[in-house]
Amino acid sequence: MKTMIKMVRSLAAVVALGVAATPALAAGKKIEMSYQYWSFAGPFGTYDRAQLQRGFKVYQQNCAACHGLSRVAFRNLAEDGGPSFTEDEAKAIAAEYIVMDGPDDFGDMFERPAILADRFPSPFPNEQAARAANNGAYPPDFSLLAKARAPQRGFPNFVFDIFTQYQESGPDYIYSLLMGYVEPPEGKEVPVGQYYNKSFLAGEFIAMAPPLYAESIEYTDGTPMTEEQYAKDVAAFMMWAAEPHLEDRKKMGFRVMIFLIVFAGMLYFTKNRVWRNVEH
Amino acid sequence: MAGHSNYVPQSAAAKWLESRLPVISLVRGSFVDFPTPKNLNYFWTFGGILFFILIAQILTGVVLAMHYTASTTMAFDSVEKIMRDVNFGWLLRYLHANGASMFFIAVYIHIFRGLYYGSYKAPREVSWILGVIIFLLMMATAFMGYVLPWGQMSFWGATVITNLFSALPLVGESVVTWLWGGFAVDNPTLNRFFSLHYLLPFMIFGVVLLHVWAFHTTGNNNPTGVQPKSKQDTVPFHPYYTVKDLFAIVVFMILFAYFVFYLPNYLGHADNYIEANPLVTPAHIVPEWYFLPFYAILRAVPDKLGGVVLMFGAIAVLFILPWLDTSKVRSGAYRPLFKQFFWIFAANAVALGYLGAMPAEGIYVILSQICTAIYFAYFLIVLPVLGFLEKPNPVPTSISESVLKGGGSGTPLGAAAAPETK
Amino acid sequence: MAHTDQAEPTRRDFLYIATGAMGAVGVGALAWPFIDQMNPDAGALALASIEVDISSVEEGQSVTVTWRGKPVFIRYRTPAEIDEANSTPIEALPDPLARNSNLPADAPATDANRGAEGAEQWLVQVGICTHLGCVPMGDGAGEYNGWFCPCHGSHYDTAGRIRKGPAPENLLIPPYRFVTDTTIEIG
Repeated sequence: MKTMIKMVRSLAAVVALGVAATPALAAGKKIEMSYQYWSFAGPFGTYDRAQLQRGFKVYQQNCAACHGLSRVAFRNLAEDGGPSFTEDEAKAIAAEYIVMDGPDDFGDMFERPAILADRFPSPFPNEQAARAANNGAYPPDFSLLAKARAPQRGFPNFVFDIFTQYQESGPDYIYSLLMGYVEPPEGKEVPVGQYYNKSFLAGEFIAMAPPLYAESIEYTDGTPMTEEQYAKDVAAFMMWAAEPHLEDRKKMGFRVMIFLIVFAGMLYFTKNRVWRNVEH
Repeated sequence: MAGHSNYVPQSAAAKWLESRLPVISLVRGSFVDFPTPKNLNYFWTFGGILFFILIAQILTGVVLAMHYTASTTMAFDSVEKIMRDVNFGWLLRYLHANGASMFFIAVYIHIFRGLYYGSYKAPREVSWILGVIIFLLMMATAFMGYVLPWGQMSFWGATVITNLFSALPLVGESVVTWLWGGFAVDNPTLNRFFSLHYLLPFMIFGVVLLHVWAFHTTGNNNPTGVQPKSKQDTVPFHPYYTVKDLFAIVVFMILFAYFVFYLPNYLGHADNYIEANPLVTPAHIVPEWYFLPFYAILRAVPDKLGGVVLMFGAIAVLFILPWLDTSKVRSGAYRPLFKQFFWIFAANAVALGYLGAMPAEGIYVILSQICTAIYFAYFLIVLPVLGFLEKPNPVPTSISESVLKGGGSGTPLGAAAAPETK
Repeated sequence: MAHTDQAEPTRRDFLYIATGAMGAVGVGALAWPFIDQMNPDAGALALASIEVDISSVEEGQSVTVTWRGKPVFIRYRTPAEIDEANSTPIEALPDPLARNSNLPADAPATDANRGAEGAEQWLVQVGICTHLGCVPMGDGAGEYNGWFCPCHGSHYDTAGRIRKGPAPENLLIPPYRFVTDTTIEIG
């Protein structure tokens, strides 16, 4: 009997060891990630208004020609917890965009300047047109991208993430990708119209040309106009676009936690009171 | 559920109602006066926690259905509208999505508690079987709910899981076409999943009542596994267990809130924020974490039908579990050998979960096969054999004896009844 | 199980009351998101104002536009209609108030208070019968040559004021303003 127990125990140990020692290859390829400090990380994180405004500028000037932002409305730009443009600024931004409306009284569709209630118009009428204009590649919409891309964290990181509340793999990935354009390794043949990127999840080559160049976008608040800064700002902006209620959520979360902990404490004493005369 | 109340209606209105519909005495008999073993530990609070989550899921679900549109062209948009525009929509959706995970965390603890303390054994077999039915209904509900946002994982999860049925000999193809209402997962599939996702929780609710009725007829199991022998062994459900369960529920809510407010997408999959595309499969399809152990069993066998049979078998074996365990001793606390195997089984289940998330290649396939073998061996070999080989530790004669450790003349009920001295 | 009754005195304990109150507060706070989610969402609120081009509406014609999911009647009234409305004494009206969102709530229901300010030929009103929400028929319908609600027989005059039937109030005039001579912003 004892040997049997021993056998079983060692078998269990083997299995446990195998599981723990397994490198987290998991899905997809290993990519190089560059982890950044984000103001919106952690239990009290808030978006940096100025950063979101800069990120929006980067988006507008550098990305909007190919990448849509179709789930974000112009009114969102002026809402709390976001870039917090004034309503007039948001109106002015909206007016720069032309949206399709109609049909009018004659049954025709017509174009008009966007208003706050409109959402960002997509740069291409449909996916086919987008592919046709981009060498067959489809520039993804930005509205949810920061939540839709998550490189595998692997064991044991995915356990630690619960306690560190790491939820920024989306913006970290976007930053890494934007900064991931490097010289291809010796002897690597780069296909025409493609670029080597060390941090691209879907493969070694990406169809997007390196989009950011230092000094190409004017910052008026003294922030350094570097590639890194542009990448960081636009990644932060994309996080807001994907999760516009993040600040509300964390703020409410803190209150709820305090309430629940106090309430649990009171219930604990109540329980002890009720049970005080029962041996159990 | 009734039959434990000495309730005598006092007011005229209560008398009037009681003589027509004895609902007050039913509730009092089941949840107020019901004699409950006094030695239940915190693992027994998960029944109450599960009931709370079921209600929470139904409430948030009903509310989300007010904004959701079950159509392939609008489902994803309507979910995003909930997240962005609907008042507190983000909160309600995160509550519902994470609530599903919380439901499974709690139900797995609840099931393992039953496994450890032998709650499945006579006379509680029916309650156990009803529990397995609830578990199956939960899995169906969770699976169909995950399809509704119509993201990439929704779509491909639905495709893969419904394709399981194509493994059935002869009728497989027809069954899958029938499930889909077409030749692929499409609008008819989404619509019927929504309808069933709305229906099944109410069926769960019904089976939960039967589940409770069953173990209220036999009485609760308890950590000693010894049936209460006298009034000294029990306390009335209220206030003793109402307050204890409530405390446990609020503590569990802290965990729930932690995920909802600080890690709302941790338990989900990033690919589900990409709208479903029937032309592109994500690189790595994984089910939600709570299905991973069964997914690992499915993939452990390199044969289509074999994998499906094994996966369903992993749940089917739970139905006959009451008759597989041959030990005369109910609680694992007094079974030294059983304990070892139980913990191996538990670790093995976690390992299966991990393997379910890994790609089905190389070492993972072999490990999955070993773990699958251990899973079935526990039920089909270990439990039947152990009853004959094992020499259990002495079992206390009563709950009170075990509580007082060596007897004594404890009169807890009398003590509880003592008036406040302040 | 007599002891449940004997637990009674302890319930008055401060701890129990405080815990119960805390629970009540929690349930109350939790209820609010479930209630508020049924209010108009941010997208619906953003669409609360629309602009209407009325340059193509001829005298004696009406257009109906949608504002907040409701029909809004915009009518270019003839002089005869305006005269008819002006000749009706306030005392003859079941509802003496203008019901004009652009004026104080106690403004009397004169024709001047119903028509557009400075352009009284324009009558802009929410096309919902104040009885039970049907859409009245227009273009001189009913006994008072204005609007007539077929559901329960309410008659409105040429200024959209209730004259006969079960409707309690004059047709509501929504908040609006002329952006240009030919463009109205409603809401």
